[in-house]
Amino acid sequence: MSFSPFNIALMGVIGLLGIGFYGLMVSRNLIKIVVALQIMVKGAMLALVAAGQANGQINLGQSMALTLIVADTIVAVMGIALGVQIRRRVGTLDVHDLSSMRG
Amino acid sequence: MLSVALVVLALVFAVQAMRARQLISSALWLAGVSAMVATLLFLYGAQMVAIVELSVGAGLVTVLFVFAINIAGDETRAMPAVPPWPVTAGFTFLFVLLLGWFLLSKTPFQQAVPAAPEATLQIELWNARGLDLIVQVVLIFSGVLGLLGLLAEVDAPLGGSMAAEVMANRELEMNTEVQSMVSQLSDDQDTKR
Repeated sequence: MSFSPFNIALMGVIGLLGIGFYGLMVSRNLIKIVVALQIMVKGAMLALVAAGQANGQINLGQSMALTLIVADTIVAVMGIALGVQIRRRVGTLDVHDLSSMRG
Repeated sequence: MLSVALVVLALVFAVQAMRARQLISSALWLAGVSAMVATLLFLYGAQMVAIVELSVGAGLVTVLFVFAINIAGDETRAMPAVPPWPVTAGFTFLFVLLLGWFLLSKTPFQQAVPAAPEATLQIELWNARGLDLIVQVVLIFSGVLGLLGLLAEVDAPLGGSMAAEVMANRELEMNTEVQSMVSQLSDDQDTKR
């Protein structure tokens, strides 16, 4: 395996997806979970652009990455708003406390 | 060489974002990850996406995070992970191993369909991926509507009782912990006698 620019990008993708995956499993804070999701999406975005560049179709990769950025931003905004509302009404951001509620 | 440094920095910032105890630090480390990824995208020839990522990912989303943390307040009490760490570490190792095997064991990409020489981002975006643009507009509208609905100042019918239930659950957990400690102490004293 050579250290071509494509392989370097793939290593970054694997690292970012791995760190985000670990964060998703470990975090109990709702905002922290959104941060972990954001890290995973950054990895996916890098993968799209790197694959587009390696394939000779950088514009296709760019257009897909743009769609990803929009979707990712909406997910982040909704997650943050959900967290703010839950904190206001329930008084905690801990998903463990939330999941232990009945009803 | 620069791309290696950027990848390493992005990974370090991502680890710090997960490790940070304060939410505000976590959001700022995430902005760092975004900036590093945007620079990498620029190096790989995706200038347009790099600019959007830098302004949206590192700018707008970070501002939103800081705003939300200021409104909601930080929760700095320790929240230990629910699954034991060997399980999470094992799953993460397996995930990274499988992903690495899948991605790095392939031969380099072949140029399957050579891009048309006149294909620019504008042509690609507006002609070939027109449906994506419609989906983006729908997503933005639904996101704005969802945000307005979520941030509406209306009292939830169960608001008070939910908060009381969470507090009762916490007290119950603390009581059971105290009871188990007391019983353990009394057992120890019995064995000493």
